[in-house]
Amino acid sequence: MVALETQFGMSALIETVGVSKAYGSFVALDGVSLAIARGELVSIVGPNGAGKTTLVNVLTGLLKPTAGLVRFKGNDIAGIGPVALAKRGMARAFQLVHIFPALTVAQTISVAVISQTSKSRHLFASIESDTAVRARVRDVAAIFGLAEKLEAQARLLSQGEKKLLDIASAFALAPEVILLDEPTSGVSSGDKHGIMRTLVDAAKHAGIQAIILVEHDMDLVAEYSTRIVALKEGKVLADLSPEAFFSDPEIAAAVVGKLPGKLSAEVR
Amino acid sequence: MSANPLRRHGVMFVVVTAAIVTLAIFPKVAQPYYVTLVLPAFAYGIALLGFNLLFGYTGLLSFGHALFVAIGAYGAAVLTSKLGVASFEIILLVSGLAAVIVAIPVALLAVRYVRIFFGILTLAFGMLFHSFLFKFYDLTGGDTGIRVLRPRLLGTEFSELDKTAFLIGPYYYYCLVLLIVLGFVMWRIVHSPFGLHLVAIRENPRKAEYLGVRVRLFRLLAFAISAFYCAIGGVILAINTGQADPELAYWTHSGELVFMTVLGGFANFFGPLVGAFTFIFLKSELMSITQYWRFLLGVTLALIVILFPRGVMGVGQDVWSRLRRNSA
Repeated sequence: MVALETQFGMSALIETVGVSKAYGSFVALDGVSLAIARGELVSIVGPNGAGKTTLVNVLTGLLKPTAGLVRFKGNDIAGIGPVALAKRGMARAFQLVHIFPALTVAQTISVAVISQTSKSRHLFASIESDTAVRARVRDVAAIFGLAEKLEAQARLLSQGEKKLLDIASAFALAPEVILLDEPTSGVSSGDKHGIMRTLVDAAKHAGIQAIILVEHDMDLVAEYSTRIVALKEGKVLADLSPEAFFSDPEIAAAVVGKLPGKLSAEVR
Repeated sequence: MSANPLRRHGVMFVVVTAAIVTLAIFPKVAQPYYVTLVLPAFAYGIALLGFNLLFGYTGLLSFGHALFVAIGAYGAAVLTSKLGVASFEIILLVSGLAAVIVAIPVALLAVRYVRIFFGILTLAFGMLFHSFLFKFYDLTGGDTGIRVLRPRLLGTEFSELDKTAFLIGPYYYYCLVLLIVLGFVMWRIVHSPFGLHLVAIRENPRKAEYLGVRVRLFRLLAFAISAFYCAIGGVILAINTGQADPELAYWTHSGELVFMTVLGGFANFFGPLVGAFTFIFLKSELMSITQYWRFLLGVTLALIVILFPRGVMGVGQDVWSRLRRNSA
């Protein structure tokens, strides 16, 4: 056990050691070891069926690995579930937009702000008169450019705004780590970089210490990652800096099939 | 989160005050028969406030909540007839707590499921309780049930009043105050952080969980509160009729709770109250006109669901906003 702990050093915020996950005879993850330190933005890439979603579910305590360890800040988080994870400081935003259609922007963000305090069990307190919650809600909304939409119902927002609200509510948990599952999917390619830029700035502003990004879009991966972990058939194929990753056309091609426009030109 | 809640709720405040005043003077101006109809409306009004915390706010539709109404009724029956407890306050409290005690294990099982599975599970528990009431004759009086004796209100017996005078006099006003107090408490609950979490759970339980909301615990709490309110309604009903019988726990009675809530409009805080009053008076009128009243009630519900899915309150809100637009 001691040997495992020193494998990645004690500075790792999140680490998996030899994580495997099998469903019957199908092995979704096979001995995955990786560590994520403070200040990193690690992208997890790989073709469909490579095990990205399973890895993310293990990292967020939703799935218990069949074998191996998964730790967050040195504590075992295998299968602890989303509520406990939020309490410990990890938030997650999904690939598909997850909102509360009938709630306003302010109410949506309030849910996250309040859930982390003992206020959530107050049966008779008034949310409207809670100035601390309201101030925090305004701050979070402002970071994501939603300050003008506080009273708008979530279902009436544009697709891009819904996405931002989804992520803003995860940020409102004040997490140390945030896991973003294709944050720009379903967003027009023109808005993609805008959203990513907002996210990265917001993360810095909110004191988030590490971001895990699951992304298909190699332009975004290349531009924003500090490190890239490529999965294939449940195994770590590569764990490299973006420069090293994209300068090795064999790895890049194995992961994405072919390289998209700008990048393929650079690699060549 | 706009600035002044009093101003925002100004119209509502006026309407609610007017409704309370109307109900307060009703026994003075209406025939006793109609006044006695208001009592079950009070009872169902309170029960449905609780029911709708679970249905309208938390998104869980129970087909077994008559179980808790029956617990309230049998609580009143056992306490007054068998244990000699006459204090209405103690009856309310003990019956309400009994419902909560039964609700917790039922909810522990039921809130693991949603939608139809939750509905069927609650239905099953309701039927279970119904057959318990029916079969355990020595304990429950079987199909005849147990008599409910007149309680003392705040220690006063009102022995100089006959049954009707008691019911449409002190008992009526006591129940009106109960409705106002429990209505206010429920208003605070649905506007509290807890209430916001319930709506978040209804809207998207997965997302709520990832925002740190303990979904099952909150569903369980909502279930327990709804059971308490239903039991209070059951106590009021049973004292009104003087009898607690197994029909109270029958599944069609659970269906009536759903009916009334949909009739009034579950998307609105006051919808269930409006539904309770509309249902009681509609049923009474239809029964006096035709023996086919059940058929007509069924048609009414079908039409409401098709034409006015937001119920009576939804229609009211539409009319009100149209009037405001036209006057603007």
